[in-house]
Amino acid sequence: MSDMNIDLELDLKGLLCPMPMVKVSQNITNVPVGGIIRAVATDAGSMADIPAWAKSTGNEVLQAEKIDGQFVFLVKRVK
Amino acid sequence: MSAEVDSMMAQVAALPAADRKKKMTIVVMSGDFDKLFGAFIIGTGGAAMGMEVTMFFTFWGLRAIRNNMSTGKTLFGKMLGMMYGGDISKSNPSHFSFLGMGRWMFGKMMGAHNVAKLAELRDLAVMLGIGLYPCQMSMDVMEMPQESFIEGVKPAVGVGFMLAEAEESAIQFFI
Repeated sequence: MSDMNIDLELDLKGLLCPMPMVKVSQNITNVPVGGIIRAVATDAGSMADIPAWAKSTGNEVLQAEKIDGQFVFLVKRVK
Repeated sequence: MSAEVDSMMAQVAALPAADRKKKMTIVVMSGDFDKLFGAFIIGTGGAAMGMEVTMFFTFWGLRAIRNNMSTGKTLFGKMLGMMYGGDISKSNPSHFSFLGMGRWMFGKMMGAHNVAKLAELRDLAVMLGIGLYPCQMSMDVMEMPQESFIEGVKPAVGVGFMLAEAEESAIQFFI
């Protein structure tokens, strides 16, 4: 995972529903198709929301992990 | 003609689910702080998920899209404008209201938890391209003209328009 190319870092710490998902969706078009966003959130609900958003919009979550009390996502823009 | 429609329908059906623009309709009848919160979280969430979102505001719900202009032509209209005036920031929670204390307390608690303010969420809805439609009949009854609404609010509509939108929607809410 560490050798992966990150196109955009998103700091979503402190934001609550629906903002983490809204921010990811607003920023997905700021990376090229195939590009990757690394987003860090503290909202536990985002663990369910961001994968659901990806499924619904046809994008891909490469990683959704809880690391030191934070939720780290790698989201790939598919189209 | 029908063969054409059938083939188009087949094409749409063949698309992966994600390629179809889903539609959501929310009818907002309540002007309560907590219910408006729910309505705008669902609305902005849907827009973020790529859905085409339409929100209809009727009766007490009109407060959500109002500015601070004082309203009312008749005695009762003026009374309503005075006793139930103000924009979205004047909405009280449906429980725990205590003459504005509840509003203040929830404002503090939500601020402490860093939740977006209700007015911010409403403005985000406008920014995300959600269609905010006032109900003409409620506007007439409550004597609230189009000028008493914030910028970005669509022209008033009736139940026919709302139902036509709802008919095309995969998801519908009544709040």
